[in-house]
Amino acid sequence: MRELLPLSLLGGVIGLDVVCFPQMMFSRPVVAATVAGAFVGDAERGMLVGVVLELIAIATLPFGASRYPEWGSAAVVGGAIGATLHAEQGGTITIGVLAALATAWVGGLTLVKLRQWNAFLARRRRPALDAGARGAVIGLQLAGLTSDFVRAALLTAIGYGLLFPLAAHIQSAWTFSGPLSRSVVVTLAAAVAASAVWTIFHSARGSRWYFAGGLVVGLLLLLGR
Amino acid sequence: MTAPAVQHASPAPQPGPSIPAWTWIAVFTRMLAIQGAWNYETLLGNGIGFCLEPALRHLPGGPHGPAFKQAMARESTYFNAHPYLAAVAVGALARAELSGVPAERIERFRTALAGPLGSVGDRLVWAGWLPFASLLALAAFGLGARPLLVVGIFLVLFNAGHFALRAWGLRVGWKHGLAVAPSLGTPLLRRGPAHLARAAAAAAGVAVPLAAARVLGGSHVMLATVLGVAAMLSVVLIRVHGRVEGYKLALVLIALFALISVAR
Repeated sequence: MRELLPLSLLGGVIGLDVVCFPQMMFSRPVVAATVAGAFVGDAERGMLVGVVLELIAIATLPFGASRYPEWGSAAVVGGAIGATLHAEQGGTITIGVLAALATAWVGGLTLVKLRQWNAFLARRRRPALDAGARGAVIGLQLAGLTSDFVRAALLTAIGYGLLFPLAAHIQSAWTFSGPLSRSVVVTLAAAVAASAVWTIFHSARGSRWYFAGGLVVGLLLLLGR
Repeated sequence: MTAPAVQHASPAPQPGPSIPAWTWIAVFTRMLAIQGAWNYETLLGNGIGFCLEPALRHLPGGPHGPAFKQAMARESTYFNAHPYLAAVAVGALARAELSGVPAERIERFRTALAGPLGSVGDRLVWAGWLPFASLLALAAFGLGARPLLVVGIFLVLFNAGHFALRAWGLRVGWKHGLAVAPSLGTPLLRRGPAHLARAAAAAAGVAVPLAAARVLGGSHVMLATVLGVAAMLSVVLIRVHGRVEGYKLALVLIALFALISVAR
């Protein structure tokens, strides 16, 4: 578990990107899980976990005050677990994705708590804010950023610290073959992605035909290989 | 949409004050952290004050003068917008404050602008540009791209749009001040989301089977089975939309699968 501290810091930085700073979307699963995989020595397997998570994450629209899973720190946990488990045994990707989904769910709850914490801090500084004190405005912003970094780093540390030993234990008892395990997780991810694509884009005129056209191109590319 | 209300209530922009380049860099950099203190009560409000602070220092009396304090207090109250398009508000409010526009006009403007900046930005970025960039990266993955290329495609493509949108917003906001509303009617913002939706739908059609095939790494028969079952399951998910979240369903089903794998 020597990787716990650097992974936690990575999770902190990536979790910060989800909402607070700089929102360059390196917190997207396909990026975060790949980077986490590279951190523990296998970017390729980190990316496999990240791609499956990315398909699922397409359904998440972070509109305003809506509540959504926190994919950044979760992808770090899942990507690192997927890349650290024994590749030759079955279930590696499946277990990594499972760990990430569980962390994303808890991470979403921590984002709600962070926003409540920020509101508490803002209420406490209300007189200074009403007086136009620049120190209060800047202080609140820095407090929010720091709290978010700590939240994400702790989430990653606890998530990885608890789930990695559990994941290793599960993998040692895993009985399904690698292909079957991957096919189950890919089926679910593709289904979530397809339903998300329909839900988000169907209101745009002709989008179903664009999807169908893309599908034909994708299948032809597959057959041509 | 309340944009027309803003348009009617706003005066034509007067020749504006000038701000040093260094101040613009500070404002732009702070905009990357505009949601740093996001909360359920003032939402983006504190972030707006935080971003405007370097510009407001140029008010008469400097950062210790009454004009600065009044402006800071006004600009740090409730505000809601998409974080990228909030740049339009930051630019416009900076110009209004430094031009000495009366406080009540600025407050009316803030109220009127918040809705359109939120809804337009959400449709353009979260439901358009982001999934489009993500699906293109997944298609590249499916075509065999290595990790660095997949990550690079996504980050470069997404952030080209991201930074361009922020820079555009700040520029038009500053240029037009309280008369910025017509800029929100630009074809990019009006028709962009629909075009992006179609492009993303096409990208999804390409990306999903290719990405699935590479993760599976198996035969065409297995891929066909996976895609067929996924298609049926997606119909079920569409029918129960709003009642079941996809990621939670995936979590439960994968957990069950793991349990069976370990227990049998």
